[in-house]
Amino acid sequence: MIESADNPAPFEPRITAFVCTWCTYAGADLAGTSRLAYPPNVRIVKLPCTGRINPLFILKAFEGGADAVLVSGCHPGDCHYTSGNYHARRRWAMFRKLMDLAGIGEDRLFFSWISAAEGGKFASLIGQVTEQARSAGPFAANPARRQP
Amino acid sequence: MIIGYYPGCSLSGGGIELDLSVKALVGVAGVTLREIDDWNCCGASAAHSTNHDLSVALPYRVLSLAEEQGLEQVVAPCAACFSRLKGTHLRLERSDELARKMADIVGRSYNRTVRVLSLTDFVRLLLAGGLADKLTHKLTGLKVAAYYGCLLSRLPQCTVAEDDIEDAERPTSMDAAIRATGAEPIEWNFATECCGGGLSLSKTDAVVRLSGAILADAKDAGAAAVVTGCPMCHSNLDMRQGAIHAAGLGGSPDALPILYLSELLGLAAGVPPEQLGLNRHFTDAMRLTRGAADEARSAPAAAGGGGS
Amino acid sequence: MARVGVFICHCGENIARTVDCPSLAAAAARLDGVVHAADYKYMCSDPGQTMVREAIVKHQLTGVVVAACSPRMHERTFRSAAAAAGLNPYLLEMANIREHCSWVHSDKAAATAKALDLLRMMVEKVRRNRALTPIRVPVEPTAMVIGGGIAGIQAALDIAAGGKKVVLVDRSPSIGGHMARLSETFPTLDCSQCILTPRMVEAATHPNITLMTYSEVDAVDGFVGNFEVTIRRKARYVDPAVCTGCGECWAKCPQKKIASEFDAGLGLRAAIYRPFPQAVPNKPVIDAAHCIRLTRGKGCELCRKACPRDAIHFDDADAIQKVKVGAIVLATGFDLWDHAAYGEYGGGRLTDVINGFQFERLASASGPTGGEIRRPSDGQTPKTIVFVQCCGSRDEKQGLPYCSKICCMYTAKHAMLYRHKVHDGRAVVFYMDIRSAGKGYDEFVRRAIEADGAQYVRGRVSRIYRRHDGKLIVRGADTLAGEAVTVEADLVVLADAVRPRAGARPLAQMLGVGSDANGFYSEAHPKLRPVETAAAGVFLAGACQAPKDIPDTVASASACAAKVLGLFAAPQLEREPIVARVNRELCAHCRACIKGCPYGAIEDFEVKDRKGNLVKVVASVNEGLCQGCGTCAAICRSNSIDLDGFTDEQIFAQIATME
Repeated sequence: MIESADNPAPFEPRITAFVCTWCTYAGADLAGTSRLAYPPNVRIVKLPCTGRINPLFILKAFEGGADAVLVSGCHPGDCHYTSGNYHARRRWAMFRKLMDLAGIGEDRLFFSWISAAEGGKFASLIGQVTEQARSAGPFAANPARRQP
Repeated sequence: MIIGYYPGCSLSGGGIELDLSVKALVGVAGVTLREIDDWNCCGASAAHSTNHDLSVALPYRVLSLAEEQGLEQVVAPCAACFSRLKGTHLRLERSDELARKMADIVGRSYNRTVRVLSLTDFVRLLLAGGLADKLTHKLTGLKVAAYYGCLLSRLPQCTVAEDDIEDAERPTSMDAAIRATGAEPIEWNFATECCGGGLSLSKTDAVVRLSGAILADAKDAGAAAVVTGCPMCHSNLDMRQGAIHAAGLGGSPDALPILYLSELLGLAAGVPPEQLGLNRHFTDAMRLTRGAADEARSAPAAAGGGGS
Repeated sequence: MARVGVFICHCGENIARTVDCPSLAAAAARLDGVVHAADYKYMCSDPGQTMVREAIVKHQLTGVVVAACSPRMHERTFRSAAAAAGLNPYLLEMANIREHCSWVHSDKAAATAKALDLLRMMVEKVRRNRALTPIRVPVEPTAMVIGGGIAGIQAALDIAAGGKKVVLVDRSPSIGGHMARLSETFPTLDCSQCILTPRMVEAATHPNITLMTYSEVDAVDGFVGNFEVTIRRKARYVDPAVCTGCGECWAKCPQKKIASEFDAGLGLRAAIYRPFPQAVPNKPVIDAAHCIRLTRGKGCELCRKACPRDAIHFDDADAIQKVKVGAIVLATGFDLWDHAAYGEYGGGRLTDVINGFQFERLASASGPTGGEIRRPSDGQTPKTIVFVQCCGSRDEKQGLPYCSKICCMYTAKHAMLYRHKVHDGRAVVFYMDIRSAGKGYDEFVRRAIEADGAQYVRGRVSRIYRRHDGKLIVRGADTLAGEAVTVEADLVVLADAVRPRAGARPLAQMLGVGSDANGFYSEAHPKLRPVETAAAGVFLAGACQAPKDIPDTVASASACAAKVLGLFAAPQLEREPIVARVNRELCAHCRACIKGCPYGAIEDFEVKDRKGNLVKVVASVNEGLCQGCGTCAAICRSNSIDLDGFTDEQIFAQIATME
């Protein structure tokens, strides 16, 4: 998005999504093949599993200009790698508290389970996340934000 | 305990025995009924076959009044009234849009807080609240067919209560209440069949055929009485019995008393039969009071059943 | 210095309608490290692939990004093209601008901006890609087949015929499955046991097949080519090596009134029993739940005393056995849905309302009535039988949402068999639709109607009840005549829906195989990979995947065998090289990764100097076991494990480049 000082564009949140390749990435593919429209604010980073997510990825995403971050993987019990999503969930619970402490709350950090069969759920989730991030406003703490 | 009361049109007319017996029962149970002030018609079959909005607006107004009058629970003893009130409540719970529309049409608000009770819900409540201990005049040996008809078994979302104890295809709540009186609920096949309902006047022959089949099956199964919770079923089975037998239907020509569930419970509670309205039936029901056990012995034997 | 080529696909109009592909290509050409950018109408077509190949050579590309459909669609296609041009295939990445962009957005400017972002992320990633080589792992050329019905037997025989070893596991005392219980089979009416039992014996005697009946799969470890399966061999209390199957024992057993599973509850068996006379192996087991000696801990032992071979041992116990196999075929089959859920059909309380399997046993010459159609309640020959199709099928409210596929055919067969056996009998079939697609199938149904006089009524049955004279009253609709119909019947046969076996889901989880909403196992692709699963080396045969009749089951079982033999044809397997890698310099040996790895793929490694002295111990990844989930890389406290293909550096670069 490019905006100029004299004609500021309305605020469009940037959302970085970290998704696993087996469930949520495939779910997003299904949303596509089903032509389910959702806002274009999300950028997907494909990972083999949510277990791969290092908390630093999320911090870097915020640092790099994201207004919200979404993490989404397989449903409990359905992980392609048996238990990766459980690792992710445990780490996430801890990480979320730390993020709360840092002033990044539930309006900017999202976690969900979306299977390869849930294209509709993916599309509506992106809609919700975008709306919530929009009402949360620009992530002010971000030093790199909107620097041309 | 105070419970709201929605008598509807039937209970002051053809179904007056239901009104009498419900009021007698609450006297025994120590529960207070408070009639909804300024209630109107539930709409029943007439409204929903003419105008959908009207069929929802009428019960909406009743529910709204009940809520305004502080009634958390309302019993509608007539099965048709119950179905309209409960069905409307559920529809409103599911759709905010409908709730807004009705608020606009009726000009009243309803926050969807009223719990609507059917006769069987209500009896279950009373029994659990201590009525069971007051049923001292046990009807031991009396074989009773619990007849639910359509509106006490369907729509499933109405009749399968919050606690999910009722199976719409095989309801049991009335059987349990019959057991509490000491009488024996029989196994039979027509517990949820249609009696002909509102076709009573317009297509009497259909009613005679349908209600006749119900009577025949109850007699085949050895019933000495049929218990119902619906004024329409009651009138078809009770009032049309002569016509049914005249048409050669209804199994054996023996008269079969048709009771409201509340009447049966009233008998077991020792309420004088006249106070329950038992003397007002078309088919003699008073004979049940002449000794239930004697009656059971002279009831048509289970083995003597034929087809319809 | 990276030299990246970018190729943007229009996908006809699919992408180009919402993404401005030429200007995307122009923008891509200006990105750091990009030396070539082009767009084309169909990049996956032969000319499109040629463009990629030629550009790799001409521009000496060190990395390629194809912005097109999902990598799940065509990554393999483009990586093969790259490899053909001499570029390591793992130096090619795809940006998903179709499923994730053009198909879900309508605003062209926004979609083009997003496409550029997605493209830029992949350019940044590919600049940091390393050349990788597929991992080779050895293959254990033995297959395990789980389930010994016709699917399992067929798969096992075909694999064995291909010269490979097979372990055939079944949880019941005999192989044979449901097919052994059938009377005749459609559309030829040949006797089920006549065609099946020779195959059962063949499976039992084949030198390449090891039979493990009365056994359950407790655990599965490992991966394609190298599974280790833990089998629990349930206590039989009869030593099969000594037992001759003479039958003295079950003749003496005092517990003879146990409902026979094989006869669908219509026949009886003893506590020591073989499921049916042609059982394979033809040796009895003791049902511990009903045996007097085993439930009380003392007494009886009549069978042991009667046994001339001293084969019965009451101290027998379950035994655990581990088997190494390279591939697994799931052939767990189906169960019937229980019509007790239909209160309107009697809720399972009416003795003369039976299911399809019970009718099979009534019609079978080896069944409890010796093949005479007699109803369970009083043994009378029914004068009228009503058959109800779709009982539980295609009923989202109370039953199951799908079509069970086999019921139209077997109901026609039942009606036919009944009319052949009871000439003056009346067969009434209620149906919703007749689905008889298949070779000779529709002709078969026509024959039931026209030659054998089955009376077909199109409509649902609303109620079944038992009148007081014992007649079953079946009421339903005839939707063609537009009227209500009532049939007085002596026996009602419900075509209960086909559903997955009880216990199918836990087994799937053990194997990493997905299940659909109804619990049937998910195939890798519904059209192009129908017998493979998401778990490499695990295949699906028969009705565990979806309702199937015998021909379809046998076809899928043979397809599994072909897949297994194909897998075993190579001495080694190639796998995606997405594995974790330890930096031994940095590793502090905290063992967090070893504890976190779901596959036990990380182990201790002793670093030694040239003289063989221990320098330090570090973590080390077993590439054969590592599946590439990356959990260890996220856990590592010293950043000394990374995941090939998804390195920290690559991911950070992707994050940093988003606008």
